[in-house]
Amino acid sequence: MSDTGTAESALETTYREAARAGIRDALLRDPRVFLMGEDVGRYGGCYGVSKGLLEEFGPERIRDTPLSESGFTGIGIGAAMNGMRPIVEIMTVNFALLALDQIVNNAATIRHMSGGQFGVPLVIRMATGAGRQLAAQHSHSLEGWFAHIPGLKVLTPATLEDVRGMLWTALEDPDPVLIFEHVLLYNMTGRLPSGAGAVPIDKAAIRREGKDITLITYGGSLYKTLEAARALAAERVEAEVLDLRTLRPLDDAAIIASVSKTRRAVIVDEGWRSGSIAAEISARIMERAFWSLDAPVGRVCSAEVPIPYPRHLEEAALPQVPAILAAARETLK
Amino acid sequence: MTVASSPKLRLSRETLLKLLREMIRIRRFEEKCAELYQVEKIRGFLHLAIGEEAICTGVMPALGPQDAIVATYREHGHALARGVPMPAVMAEMYGKHSGCALGRGGSMHLFSARERFYGGYAIVGGSLPLAAGLALADKMQGKKNVTACFFGEGAAAEGEFHEAMNLAALWKLPVLFVCENNLYAMGTRLDLSESETDIHKKAESYRVRSEVVDGMDVIAVEAAAMRAIAAIRESNEPYFLECRTYRFRAHSMFDPQLYRTRVEVEEWKKRDPIPRLVEWMTSANMLHQSDVDAIERAVAAEIDAAVASAEAAPWEPVEELTRHVYAEPQR
Repeated sequence: MSDTGTAESALETTYREAARAGIRDALLRDPRVFLMGEDVGRYGGCYGVSKGLLEEFGPERIRDTPLSESGFTGIGIGAAMNGMRPIVEIMTVNFALLALDQIVNNAATIRHMSGGQFGVPLVIRMATGAGRQLAAQHSHSLEGWFAHIPGLKVLTPATLEDVRGMLWTALEDPDPVLIFEHVLLYNMTGRLPSGAGAVPIDKAAIRREGKDITLITYGGSLYKTLEAARALAAERVEAEVLDLRTLRPLDDAAIIASVSKTRRAVIVDEGWRSGSIAAEISARIMERAFWSLDAPVGRVCSAEVPIPYPRHLEEAALPQVPAILAAARETLK
Repeated sequence: MTVASSPKLRLSRETLLKLLREMIRIRRFEEKCAELYQVEKIRGFLHLAIGEEAICTGVMPALGPQDAIVATYREHGHALARGVPMPAVMAEMYGKHSGCALGRGGSMHLFSARERFYGGYAIVGGSLPLAAGLALADKMQGKKNVTACFFGEGAAAEGEFHEAMNLAALWKLPVLFVCENNLYAMGTRLDLSESETDIHKKAESYRVRSEVVDGMDVIAVEAAAMRAIAAIRESNEPYFLECRTYRFRAHSMFDPQLYRTRVEVEEWKKRDPIPRLVEWMTSANMLHQSDVDAIERAVAAEIDAAVASAEAAPWEPVEELTRHVYAEPQR
């Protein structure tokens, strides 16, 4: 929790409400901000994030769109180029693939193609991740894929402060920012200081300090990783948990500093192993901290299978605490 | 010439001369680009719009300086007609640092903020939602600007065309959609790719006001653009012009044109917008050969100067390779 608030001024809230508070703050602060997406208005958002905002801000600023991901993402890009600060909500990352042309071919390239004359200060929020038995077209974790693209910034807020505070920083950024909200976090409760403010979007955060091994993770996997770290503590292993928060740009300095201290690293990533952000981080550690390592870098990723529907298979496909512990112990041998 | 519906006042000799000069300027510029391509001064893809000049030439005068333009990868004429200086366009063709996009874009991606030229886009259909977004921003900010969005008929086969048409109509966005229907999407003839070949009917099905224009007749295009812009400013709703035209040259410099006959090309060349306007003005006693000669001389001099300036311009230092990916701190 942020040190800006005291226990007295902290409010019991959910990740969903914190995300909504972030959007509401932005709408109140900046008349250029508006929210646009499928069912963000009358329905209240497919995950309930924007509930009540239509009533407060009206249909000009809370815009229900048709099922046209490419269309309304492109409109967000054009509006951003012409003085507005749109927040585009896409229901899930799987649907964002319908807008890949706009995100990758337009949003990410326009500043460069125009020699710096035009920028796209657009924020696109979307849900990501598995765990709700939504099967293979609503559960994937493709944020690492987007992190491949120069011109984009990719955020994965895992805490109440981050989901509220990163949005404001993202809206102030002159370039397109993608925010991935893990579906299992929406119902997470916690205390959020009433004065919680902007959060940087280029800095990783140490969520637990340790000296024996660095567990690197982000988004929905943070809590499984913290649980694994607690279990390791019972074995007298002090694990440091590094929450990346931002997948592009990666906070190389924080990663290298932690790994150089602990000399061991395991990366926990809900994306598939092949070509993953975990692979990228592992390579950077190899390039920049190889001589500090006492063991090969370990990885815990999703099994290379589209996410299955049955609970037992879905759970088996995803990074879980026992696998994180096993990878950590292997690294500690 | 379709002059009956044109506002008569605008048909002054000066106006017509200006249109003629602009079409010749664009034609000769592109012919020079083809030459420069042969000698490998211009590389990559080069898509010429020779034969289609009447459309951008006719539409641009209907727009004001605060209106925005979105174009495609076949946009040299659009940039020139909008007023992007020729040396900056030519330098961009060369990839030089003095180009209108610092050389980073090239032929397919001309940009110029000063003229509100929001760029040439090379993913067919992808620029239509973007144009609708520019218009939405103008509307939300209470500005009366129009966004003119140029694209080929091939875009009508893309989902983004339909998404943009629906949203522009639904949200009443001030967009002038200008479809340059040259009958071929690269090498695929319209009737081989569309069940409905009247493209404007697709716009109408979204309740976007639309009309068909002879895209080989610059006066007809200008008159239609004036009507359309007036209607958009009045209603704050989109408008669709389907301009029927023809590309005389290959799709790009790599195209042997196996998909159409020489006879068909020759048939369309009889409707070449430049000789058409010359003949019409001459028969109306508004033009003499000496006028045409003077235009040609001035254009040739402008092109020579643009080429010389592009030749002399420096290359961007390789050390700057990774610039313009993200915003830079003010220097």
